[in-house]
Amino acid sequence: MANPKSAYSTPTKKGKLDTHIIVIWVDNEAGVLARVVGLFSGRGYNIESLAVAEIDATKNISRITIVTTGTPQVIDQIKLQLKKLVPVHKVADFKREDKKVIFKEMALLKVVGKKKKIEKCIKACKSYNPVILDKTKQSVVIQITALRREIDKMSKKLKPLGLTSTSRTGAIAMTRGADIFK
Amino acid sequence: MSKLYSGAEIVFKCLEDQDVQFIFGYPGGAVLPIYDELKNHSSIKHILVRHEQGAGHAAEGYARSSGKPGVVLVTSGPGATNVVTALTDAYMDSVPLVCISGQVPTHLIGTDAFQECDTTGITRPCTKHNWLVKDIKDLSKIIHKAFEVATTGRPGPVLIDIPKDIQFAKTNYSKPKKEKKVNGKSHNRFTENEINELISLMSKAKKPVIYTGGGVINSGPKASESLREFVRSIGFPITSTLQGLGAFPGDDNQFIGMLGMHGTYEANNAMHDCDLLINIGARFDDRITGKIDEFSPKSKKVHIDIDPSSINKIIKVDLSIVGDVDEVLKAILKKIKKKQNGLKDSNKEKISKWWEQIQKWRTKNSLGFVNSDKTIKPQHAVQRLYELTKNQDTFITTEVGQHQMWAAQHYKFNKPNRWMTSGGLGTMGYGLPAAVGVQIAHPDKLVIDIAGEASVLMTMQEMSTAVQYNLPIKIFVLNNQYMGMVRQWQELLHEKNYSESYSEALPDFVKLAEAYGCKGIKADNPGDLDLKIKEMIDHSGPVIFDCQVDPNENCFPMIPSGKPHNQMILGPNDKEENKITGKGKSLV
Repeated sequence: MANPKSAYSTPTKKGKLDTHIIVIWVDNEAGVLARVVGLFSGRGYNIESLAVAEIDATKNISRITIVTTGTPQVIDQIKLQLKKLVPVHKVADFKREDKKVIFKEMALLKVVGKKKKIEKCIKACKSYNPVILDKTKQSVVIQITALRREIDKMSKKLKPLGLTSTSRTGAIAMTRGADIFK
Repeated sequence: MSKLYSGAEIVFKCLEDQDVQFIFGYPGGAVLPIYDELKNHSSIKHILVRHEQGAGHAAEGYARSSGKPGVVLVTSGPGATNVVTALTDAYMDSVPLVCISGQVPTHLIGTDAFQECDTTGITRPCTKHNWLVKDIKDLSKIIHKAFEVATTGRPGPVLIDIPKDIQFAKTNYSKPKKEKKVNGKSHNRFTENEINELISLMSKAKKPVIYTGGGVINSGPKASESLREFVRSIGFPITSTLQGLGAFPGDDNQFIGMLGMHGTYEANNAMHDCDLLINIGARFDDRITGKIDEFSPKSKKVHIDIDPSSINKIIKVDLSIVGDVDEVLKAILKKIKKKQNGLKDSNKEKISKWWEQIQKWRTKNSLGFVNSDKTIKPQHAVQRLYELTKNQDTFITTEVGQHQMWAAQHYKFNKPNRWMTSGGLGTMGYGLPAAVGVQIAHPDKLVIDIAGEASVLMTMQEMSTAVQYNLPIKIFVLNNQYMGMVRQWQELLHEKNYSESYSEALPDFVKLAEAYGCKGIKADNPGDLDLKIKEMIDHSGPVIFDCQVDPNENCFPMIPSGKPHNQMILGPNDKEENKITGKGKSLV
């Protein structure tokens, strides 16, 4: 290797990247989302999707769900760094392949076109719990809940049928069975 | 109904309840109500700096030399942005600071008002936590919590942003409550099994080394005592990071010098060849590890740290013990004593070969340099300073650069909290204001800033602070007219293209000292050096000492970038062409 003209060491080989879903319980106070997101951007971690809302109004607790990718070492760092933030109560981490956890995303799909095509779209969405939120003579707004890749597939499929606008949430997660994460 | 207090009064009531004696600050529009209240609180003394960065570093010097949190008071806008460097410095080096900043009145926040900035936004990544006080009822609770966050666990800076209308608003005052750990963030999480495992590793080790860091200092003077007892009872060699110097006596035979980029040959080779590495309160910084892939390849690694996120961050370890250094060491000592002396004795025998090897490395005398009787060598100047001050309790601060490394290499520290230097952030201009803070905490002790002429000019204005408060700090400038470390890297890596690293038009430091109303001394001849150093020490006021040193001297030994610990460049005394390669090393 050529002499690196630097006072810093050269990067070492990167490990395999895994996708993880990180769930963070935080005090719902001003700036808390900025702290969490700033930690990710400041330390060069990835955010693929983000979902956040208050879940307990009396205790002022919000639940943040972040989908991220990283080597096992980076995922560990993300968890440990998050736990150091003062408003953070607990941090859970699930692998995307984890069978004991349910992951869901929601999407709103607006299709504009002739009746026939609209009917076709509604049919195509059948297996993703479609809800018709709005319908006119030339348009429909369909709500579906599914996995990320399923929604990706649907939006590809519906494009030629008149899909004009898509709005999606980040993933949220919940463990199966009676156990809760402590 | 109990008495109502204004926000400004509550600030001082909180500081009094936190036993704060000194605040370092600079007034301005958005903190005037707090400054107005100052006169009513005689137990708290305000130190007026000349720039807010100076306030931050002075508070750092105060905190690091006394173990108490440093308190900073600045105004909104530029006051807050000027203190950002010091906050980041404290964050990197784990120094407890509580910074109170003024803010424009609540109704003006977000309107680009005069001297408004998003202080909590700017300081979010360089503090452990920060608060914008929007309701006067929260003020006392927030200030007390701020002290708790700054001083517990791994210490660090916090900031409280108080809008001007909140400083005027009135409410009741509530005393600090002893709360349970913040969100269940407990600090001692180690188990007996982990201690047993460590002892088992220690009893098997043939080539052990202990590597300590600033965590030992932060754990308090008792931790240094525990460390000394521990290290002496097991007889292992011990090395230290820049921040850990003083935790173990620098002149002790078991101490093998500082490690890392400018560490000793014996310390770095011991790190590379050891079979057991015990990290106590250090963080595997990149100036320490060198090339990660080849860092200490043959060793079992143990990491004792209070911050769980430090563990496995850079170097994967075999055993981690999360806890306060002092408590972990006490638990280990208790176990060792219980398990009778069997462990100790057999162990010392087992590692005798290892000590022989270390002695061989020591004969390299890697800190050696070619002295001169014509020009003052900077290493010689530090050595003389050490010899002439070692008989009194001396506190040393530094700026950043070659002089900092020479100070770390040649000044031997025997007590914790005597060495204040900017390691993580590497802030030029740290040492002079830090010396101001140290002298405030220790008015009767000798405080010396070992400085470089480029660094010290960055915060030179704080000499005025030193003169105002009769702080007899000694600014010992190793003046080589270059940004020495920059020049050294340019020499070694950029074909001696000394781009912008030479300072033309330096001030006459003696006249500068006189202009500030203090004493200036100049030395340019090795023959006069001792006499002039003595003159500096004996002077009862602040001194700027212009020590004109050889401008071409480089700081050795060093690990070149991208190299492991066993491939150091040694100084001009070394005969092997200045390079110890893998082959060369095996000959040693």
